[in-house]
Amino acid sequence: MRVQMQDFDVSGEMAVMRAGNPAIGAITSFVGLVRDLNEGDCVSEMILEHYPGMTERSLERIVQEARARWDIIDVLVVHRIGPLRPLDQIVLVMVAGAHRGEAFSACEFVMDYLKTQAPFWKKEQTPAGGRWVDARDSDDAAAKRWQQ
Amino acid sequence: MDNSDVFKGLASQAGVTISVLYLARLREVLGTDREELTLPGAAPTVAALRAFLLERGGVWSKELAPDRPVRVAVNQDMARSDTVLRTGDEIALFPPVTGG
Repeated sequence: MRVQMQDFDVSGEMAVMRAGNPAIGAITSFVGLVRDLNEGDCVSEMILEHYPGMTERSLERIVQEARARWDIIDVLVVHRIGPLRPLDQIVLVMVAGAHRGEAFSACEFVMDYLKTQAPFWKKEQTPAGGRWVDARDSDDAAAKRWQQ
Repeated sequence: MDNSDVFKGLASQAGVTISVLYLARLREVLGTDREELTLPGAAPTVAALRAFLLERGGVWSKELAPDRPVRVAVNQDMARSDTVLRTGDEIALFPPVTGG
């Protein structure tokens, strides 16, 4: 799990994950991107803040939970912090498994839990000034699905 | 009264000294990123800390009001309102998370 300022390269990360492991039959990945529009306002920049220490622990715990639920081979989470602009990549979740079913489910699970549990916050810059992004009920609902 | 009672008595007089961190929007509206605090009592809870800060009035009572969605971590693990605080603990107060 990595928390970093710099960008990441999806195909490079995938090459590392699958190198030398013929047990892997499927790799799924999710990439979150900065949009130029939120709540009807133009977004020119976004600052990602986190809680160092707790962030890493929380990501580690989410990945452990995914490994306990599904028979998967590898999981990678990379989350960027600091100033980002529209088109920039924010987060990468990549899961390797023997088959696609587990890899798809585990990837979605990690992302849903990250959204509601990992201590990151977004502040976006709009023409009206800076504003903190509000948490969404739909994200809570997405995470709760996995508890049923 | 044996020695352990004497010790508990001293501890409760001294209170519990903790570090409190304010993150993201809470840091900005409260105008501070961290402070050291001594709470009265031998075993104060997260709820007691919140009530203590609420007493400051102004922006504190607005932002930490019971209906506001404030999250609390104790030593970097999510805590509940009945989580007990101990001397040396790192407490963080922050809004619901919005990463990803």
